[in-house]
Amino acid sequence: MTEQALRELVMSILKSIAPEVEEGELVAGKALRDQVDLDSMDWLNFLVAIHERSAVDIPESDYARLATLDDIVTYLVRKTR
Amino acid sequence: MDTHADRPDRIRKVAADWRIPPNLRDYAVACSAFSWEAVSDRLASGRDVNIARLAIDRHVEGGAGARIAFRFLSATGECRDLSYADLARLTDRFAHVLASLGIAKGERLFVLCGRIPELYIAVLGGLKYGAVVSPLFSAFGPEPIATRIAIGAGRVLVTTDALYRRKVESVRAQLPTLEHVLLVGTDDESTTPPGTDDFSTLLAAAPEAPFVGSTAVDDMALLHFTSGTTGKPKGAVHVHGAVATHYATGQYALDLHPEDIFWCTADPGWVTGTSYGIIAPLLHGVTSVVDAAEFDAERWYAILEAQRVSVWYTAPTAIRMLMKAGPELARQHRYPALRFIASVGEPLNPEAVWWGQDVLGLPIHDNWWQTETGGIMIANFAGLDIKPGSMGLPLPGVEAAIVQRGEGDESLRVLDAAAAQGELALKAGWPSMFRGYLGEDERYHRCFRDGYYLTGDLARRDADGYYWFIGRADDVIKSAGHLIGPFEVESALMEHPAVAEAGVIGKPDPVVGETVKAFVSLRKGFEPSAALKLALLGHARKRLGAAVAPKEIAFLPALPRTRSGKIMRRLLKARELGLPEGDLSTLESGA
Repeated sequence: MTEQALRELVMSILKSIAPEVEEGELVAGKALRDQVDLDSMDWLNFLVAIHERSAVDIPESDYARLATLDDIVTYLVRKTR
Repeated sequence: MDTHADRPDRIRKVAADWRIPPNLRDYAVACSAFSWEAVSDRLASGRDVNIARLAIDRHVEGGAGARIAFRFLSATGECRDLSYADLARLTDRFAHVLASLGIAKGERLFVLCGRIPELYIAVLGGLKYGAVVSPLFSAFGPEPIATRIAIGAGRVLVTTDALYRRKVESVRAQLPTLEHVLLVGTDDESTTPPGTDDFSTLLAAAPEAPFVGSTAVDDMALLHFTSGTTGKPKGAVHVHGAVATHYATGQYALDLHPEDIFWCTADPGWVTGTSYGIIAPLLHGVTSVVDAAEFDAERWYAILEAQRVSVWYTAPTAIRMLMKAGPELARQHRYPALRFIASVGEPLNPEAVWWGQDVLGLPIHDNWWQTETGGIMIANFAGLDIKPGSMGLPLPGVEAAIVQRGEGDESLRVLDAAAAQGELALKAGWPSMFRGYLGEDERYHRCFRDGYYLTGDLARRDADGYYWFIGRADDVIKSAGHLIGPFEVESALMEHPAVAEAGVIGKPDPVVGETVKAFVSLRKGFEPSAALKLALLGHARKRLGAAVAPKEIAFLPALPRTRSGKIMRRLLKARELGLPEGDLSTLESGA
């Protein structure tokens, strides 16, 4: 998948969990949970869904590095190469 | 995964288990020697009973001002320490700020922040001043925030610039009592939104002098909101005298010793995060770790190790999430300082108690209490055997009973037989007992009968006196340890033009206990669709916030109602779980 496709995938998963998100208002380099109300369960569901839909394995020990939209997309790009 | 089947039903404690002698070792002796008056007298010893003064200034006067009170860890890795002397000075300043704003004693100060230093300064400074402090959970959406500030007739709100813009600005006009909003983290003074002031500017301008004021044992101190089955959230009122319970439970249930490094993972927006994330550890003069970041398994293990946490108070949801992350992650760290682990929020399953023993080298001690009780009432103790899966034994000074309410009259029967099931009740009168639901006397008085506070929780007591939680007596949902009122969620859903009726239940979940599931039927002209489901979810989340909004929405052609028109949540739940539907004699035909 291209970077653009991965970004769209992540956004669509985010919107399935938090449909109230306005895409235009998100700052890609800022921590997602500072911008969107996601409790621990939402966050876990979000990361699990990304793993399932991108087929990229995301070990729990990497969760802490995935704070921003850019972090997540960069991580997926690297792991799908 | 049935690894505990052959485990004993009791974890025995022997002297070799304790790195330091526990504060409570002989239960019968501790209970018979205990008196609340003695605790209060020793704590206050002639001073005014004021939670903040006893928690902070008492240590400074005693020469321990240099000790670290809070170690704040920011999400991005910075660390900031506040000593007891720092905290005394900053809370004096904040009390002066409230005086300069013309706030009267007993008026309400709301705090809506993440776990940042300013939250702690505002809560404790407000208590010192004699304002009534109500911390709100920052994951609430605009509606729960507005409802609570309106019920409390809040005059001051301390929040952050970001939270204000996202959650308060849109409802500010509905809150005429709210005169002052103090914002933390405004980028610069000139961009402060209209009708707000900059927190740090006011704090810096306040006099550098001790604040002189006084409070009494029965003065209102804290307002904690909790949810019932029907109606609006209830504002449980606590008084400064509650400090005796905070102290005694810190001593016995959390086994705090002066040299401890303590980490309570609860957010002060919930009662645990105030009673035990702020007050109890300060009363004992220990150092508390405060982490501003959200749950992350690896981060938490790293904090336990790097901060040399010795006593850890956390919640079943977090423990289950750590269990899911696997033991390997836990074993990448070492916890030589850790000596006691406790948990609260919902019953801790035996597997989780044993997991602590297997993976961290220490079993987890479950305990039980409620917003209304103000402090821990029933606990598994450091110095006593644990019965995995049980709530434990009542604290010294706490008298618990299993009772049954008489049908149709005001009678109450105490069930003495071992293993009898019934409603858990507490003999009224302990210091942190709530003193009212703000503005709702009748609702408050309904909680008491024959000198007992009726908890609404069902339980049984075994032959050894240990209590076992069975469930809620009502429809209140317990998710991640927090009570969610179905009515509040249903009301928000009903505001959507597509929704004709809504019924909300707690759906069992292995990690968080229960998740919120909503059933809705649609108005004429609307058809069920995936897009509409997302629209409803977004609508509910925007109003209620992630912590309260449903995780799942299902469409039904109609909801089951009683003949008197009440939605039968019990039946929705039974159908969801595939359980027997029970007594349907009151069901309206056709549902």
